[in-house]
Amino acid sequence: MNNNSLSVEEILESKRLLNRKKRLLLLFTLPLLVFIFITFISPIATMLYRSVYHPTVSQLIPLSLAELKNWDEAGDALPPSAALQQFAIELQDLSKQRLSGKLAEEVNRLKPGSSSLIKSSARKLKKTTLEELQENGDSVLLSYSKKWHNIDLWRAVKRAGQPFTDSYYLTTFDLKRNPAGEIEQRDTQIYLKLYWKSLKIAIYITLLTALLAYPLAYYLATAPSKIANRLMVLVLLPFWTSLLVRTTSWIAILQTNGVLNSSLQSLGLIDEPFELLYTQAATIIAMTHILLPFMILPLYSVMKNIDPSYLRAALSLGARPIPAFIKIYLPMTVPGVSAGALLVFIISIGYYITPAIVGGTDGQMISNIIAFHMQSSNNWELAAALGSLLLALIIALYWIYDRLVGVNNIKLG
Amino acid sequence: MKSYPKYFTFWHILAHYGLRFCSLLVLAFLMLPILVIIPLSFNVEPFFSFTEGMLALEPEAYSLKWYAEIWHDDKWLLAIKNSFIIGIFATLIATVLGTLAAIGLSNPAMPWQKLWMAILLSPMIVPLIITAAGMYFFYSQLNLAGSYLGVILAHAALGTPFVLITVNAALSGFDYSLVNASLGLGARPTMTFFKVIMPLIRPGVISGALFAFITSFDEVVVVLFLAGPEQRTIPRQMFSGLREQINPTILAVATLLIIISAMLLFTIEYLRARSERIQSGELDS
Repeated sequence: MNNNSLSVEEILESKRLLNRKKRLLLLFTLPLLVFIFITFISPIATMLYRSVYHPTVSQLIPLSLAELKNWDEAGDALPPSAALQQFAIELQDLSKQRLSGKLAEEVNRLKPGSSSLIKSSARKLKKTTLEELQENGDSVLLSYSKKWHNIDLWRAVKRAGQPFTDSYYLTTFDLKRNPAGEIEQRDTQIYLKLYWKSLKIAIYITLLTALLAYPLAYYLATAPSKIANRLMVLVLLPFWTSLLVRTTSWIAILQTNGVLNSSLQSLGLIDEPFELLYTQAATIIAMTHILLPFMILPLYSVMKNIDPSYLRAALSLGARPIPAFIKIYLPMTVPGVSAGALLVFIISIGYYITPAIVGGTDGQMISNIIAFHMQSSNNWELAAALGSLLLALIIALYWIYDRLVGVNNIKLG
Repeated sequence: MKSYPKYFTFWHILAHYGLRFCSLLVLAFLMLPILVIIPLSFNVEPFFSFTEGMLALEPEAYSLKWYAEIWHDDKWLLAIKNSFIIGIFATLIATVLGTLAAIGLSNPAMPWQKLWMAILLSPMIVPLIITAAGMYFFYSQLNLAGSYLGVILAHAALGTPFVLITVNAALSGFDYSLVNASLGLGARPTMTFFKVIMPLIRPGVISGALFAFITSFDEVVVVLFLAGPEQRTIPRQMFSGLREQINPTILAVATLLIIISAMLLFTIEYLRARSERIQSGELDS
């Protein structure tokens, strides 16, 4: 046996020490992990859950739904009379609690036109007695309107009663289920158009930032370091300035009698002022300005590490500037361009504040519609579904970013 | 006249100056929108644009009245107070938790390092609107919506990734044998932390704290969803001002914010230079 090798006890001892060290390190990290799980991860998880969980109807008419469970909705027979009777009793109850409107609204989403039927029947049911309904509630209900004989309506009721639903995700793709339960397209496309528009805005911003950042980053990377450091402050100051401040200044510049229009007019270049504020162009211009440092900084750090002698060699060997640049320099900066472009694209696709302030109706993006459903239309489930889709997109893009650049290489300033 | 290499033709020189000119244009595009706000905030008229008197540099076209307005408006005063209260508490939480976690995570022996890092950096990556919507659902159930505590916790969560990154960077050249030496010589863990680790990573911790503070100070989306009227912060007040009634008081506030961010920038740059010197061993403590 070799004398240098460790004994079993020594190996075990070192393992024990290593495990102790690991536990200690975990102990350091644990407070933050717990904190982030409670304050950040759980809220996001709640939102994901909310996008598929919608228990309103199942809480309004639980007993009817239990009866409807055994009914075969694929067949062409009405639900059993016990189910109809239970439904009449629960509808009467809802009517007394002024909740029948809520049920009508929910069923109406799946079968348009059923809202008025449910509301009027609920009013009539309020006047009947509970005993009568317990006796023959089904025939009472069916006698109110011919529409209660429509099997599609009952299918809609049963489907609305499912606490877990994919309907919000279908809506986010401009799809819906017809009364027979098949997926079909909606008549008007809202969300697909919105994604396309957001994508287009984000791509414009990415291209513009790349176009503007490239020459500046090149200049900063090749200039003497004393000049470069001073000019870098001019890049970092906007980066550090409050987002609201920068958006405010774009209002001052772009408005009808703002800085841009009045200077162009006094120079005699235009007669009529441009209507720029509250347009898509305003969103693109302001966000290009706000996100430009995110493009400049990664480009700069890549260009800084490129040996300038390559380009110098090409030029001294007689290459003209443009071909030399395209063939020698440009390929070496691809990592910086792609890192900056991905970063700008990821940030811009989920942007909210600037489009909300300068964008008008034309410049709104996905985030603004999510906020609209949260605050104005109160359709939280739809907001959650849209948010989940956006989140999935961002995670996919970050995965690519991590492959290309490495998230751990993110540096600040 | 500057001399150029012998192989430079007219086109080379044109490209050289063209590049310089383009760079200056881009720098102007970056800076002008920020600079334009400052003179506008001294406008005597209630407009967002330059008056003829301002362009002619007449003294009576300028005034400080919008700055005075800030001090006479309870809403702005409340917003300023709130921004500092929320910012300071959020920064404290983020800095303490973030620094501890970075010490654990930067050690190569830490298991599942990459996974933890991905989870802990996620508040920086997820779009704010999603964070805000999720927090609104969740914090309402806990009765935290519309309370200082809710906004502080939310902002602390948003600030931790920045502390994690800066402290991690400060620890990247950290020699862990110093810890072993300290412990081996009989120092207690808390003493080791404050006397050995802390002095070496202090610049990283402070710049992380400043990042966390500016994140909270500038954040408006989460505030928009989570805060009640009592917790309105400066950006929140600016946001409603821009959407409801545009008033040059916003420009005066914006000018003050530009000064604050300039000061923060210079502090951070100073700390970064210092941290680099500590890492390269030029500076003791």
